[in-house]
Amino acid sequence: MINVKQFKRTESKYIIRAEGLTKDYPVGEGHFRALSDINLTFSEGEFAGLVGPSGSGKTTLLNIIGSLDTPTSGSVAVLGREVSALTAKQSAFLRNRHIGFIFQSYNLLPVYTVYENVEFTLLLQKKNREERHKAVMEALDWVGLTEKKDARPAQLSGGESQRVAIARAMVKRPAIVLADEPSANLDAENSHHILQTMQQLNSELKTTFLFATHDEKVMQYLQRVISLRDGKIEKDTNS
Amino acid sequence: MFSFICKGIIRDRRRSLLPVVVVTIGVMVVVFLDGLMGGMMDNMVRMTANFQTGHLKVMTRAYAADEAQKPNDLALLGSGELMEQLHRDYPEVDWTPRIFFGGLLDIPDENGETKAQGPVTGQAADLLSKGSKESARLGLEKAITAGHIITQPGEILVSIDFAESFGVKPGDRVTFFGSTMDGAMSFANYRVAGIVRFGNSMLDRGGVILDITDARLLLDMEDATGEIFGFLPGEKYLKEQVESIKTSFNHQQAGNPDVYAPVMTQLMDQDMMRQTLGYTDSMSFFMLLLLMVALSIVLWNAGVLGGIRRYNEFGVRLAMGEEKRQLYRSLLTESLVIGIIGSAVGTALGLLICLLLSRHGLDYSAVMKNIAMMIDPVIHTRITPRMYYIGVIPGILSMLVGTALAGRKIYKRNTALLFKELD
Repeated sequence: MINVKQFKRTESKYIIRAEGLTKDYPVGEGHFRALSDINLTFSEGEFAGLVGPSGSGKTTLLNIIGSLDTPTSGSVAVLGREVSALTAKQSAFLRNRHIGFIFQSYNLLPVYTVYENVEFTLLLQKKNREERHKAVMEALDWVGLTEKKDARPAQLSGGESQRVAIARAMVKRPAIVLADEPSANLDAENSHHILQTMQQLNSELKTTFLFATHDEKVMQYLQRVISLRDGKIEKDTNS
Repeated sequence: MFSFICKGIIRDRRRSLLPVVVVTIGVMVVVFLDGLMGGMMDNMVRMTANFQTGHLKVMTRAYAADEAQKPNDLALLGSGELMEQLHRDYPEVDWTPRIFFGGLLDIPDENGETKAQGPVTGQAADLLSKGSKESARLGLEKAITAGHIITQPGEILVSIDFAESFGVKPGDRVTFFGSTMDGAMSFANYRVAGIVRFGNSMLDRGGVILDITDARLLLDMEDATGEIFGFLPGEKYLKEQVESIKTSFNHQQAGNPDVYAPVMTQLMDQDMMRQTLGYTDSMSFFMLLLLMVALSIVLWNAGVLGGIRRYNEFGVRLAMGEEKRQLYRSLLTESLVIGIIGSAVGTALGLLICLLLSRHGLDYSAVMKNIAMMIDPVIHTRITPRMYYIGVIPGILSMLVGTALAGRKIYKRNTALLFKELD
């Protein structure tokens, strides 16, 4: 049984801390180094982005922070817990309670309604019906989609689908939201709309947002930009 | 979570339709086969009992030892008294005499000279006594293709194949040549009352039927009979009851050393019936098992295809914090629901088909033409309480096994690639 308290944010000054993080992938006889000696920290409520060209290591870093992968060497602590020390069960628990994911392709479950897509994560937390209803309606209200709660993903526009994905990530009020190219499939207007929504949630709920992007439109919203190239930090700037 | 799973099953027909159809068909086949096999068994038991063994049978010990030869020289004498005793001791059973015999049937031309002659096997039953059920038991009314059933002494029924081969028609005079129970030559003239077709090559090839009184005269078996058949009320064979009557009767005769003392057997003791029914039961079980394995393989493949189609969904669910174990369990729950739905529909359809066939029957006389088995060519399926659940177990199990095998892929899924896969 996992104790919820073990993930309490107060254990560390930083919500995310990476020290000497290196990640290698085996390629044939040798290996490909995706991340090399990354040292980074993120505090609660940051609105930051990993930017860089394809293959620079942005997604790999998000994977490790999201406890979907483990580093080859070095350490990454999320909410005070070392990611590589977590069991599969603990990793799943961490993702379920404290980390929200937003994908480039929305990845909504097509047979379920907007409401049910957002509700799903709370079902995994075994919350009761009233709690779920309250939280889902609140999350849909944040993204302005309460009217569309009974719609299916196929009936939504790209922008609406991504807003549902934001509501799904936010409904559990996670400490961290990891967004991989969230605006890549959206036009300019919708991109600005969802970024404004995320920015608002960041300031109201103090949720840490960490983006992986090479979209200029996203970058203009970021408070902190970490540039990666060939798996190394090239630049780390606060605006 | 359960309602979440159910909504997915109902809304995503591609997820549920094929497995439901596969399980439905499988379960329907299981239920139908069970009803059909049961019907065949009932049919075989009924036909064997009515024509060859009764539910119970009394013979002399000597006759029983060579029963296959139907040795009338070893027949029961004083059968009237024995019948009275049987009626007195076991009044619930309908006791009735039967004599089996063989000989030549001579068909004369218009001058009374022999036109044709052929070997026949005969069976004599009590067809003319008031209240006798023997005519119904032998299904004579249904079997008549020309003429009528025996209504008076001196009449004979001839089987269809024999009649066609020798040009015998109702109303013809025929002569039977045989031997008495003491081995003396015996012959008698009869008028052909009707031509019978039982739809069974064994009975139709060369058979004649006589009333028991005529047979006794012919075979010089006054107050004697080869066998006494016993039938339980409602013509229903009940294993425990016949076993108990048999044991009780044979116990009474245990102290009698006479080789001509009567001995009682029951249907299952005779003609390999027990082995045949046991073999059929084993075959049913084997077929059930085979069907379940086949269904599992089909559903395994369906599960793998479904898993490929839902690859994204599983990835999202893993990213959102669902454990692999939970995901696997939810798939099993899905398959349980689908298995239950398929089993319920399959059972209902199977029962419906069986119900229709139990009323109208399935005529397979074309298949049975050359098979020498004591089976009525029209099978009526048997409806039993076990048909309500017999298909459910393989239906649900095959679905669960199929999904369990297909779902193992979930455990092999590498979460490190989720972002890449989902984008």
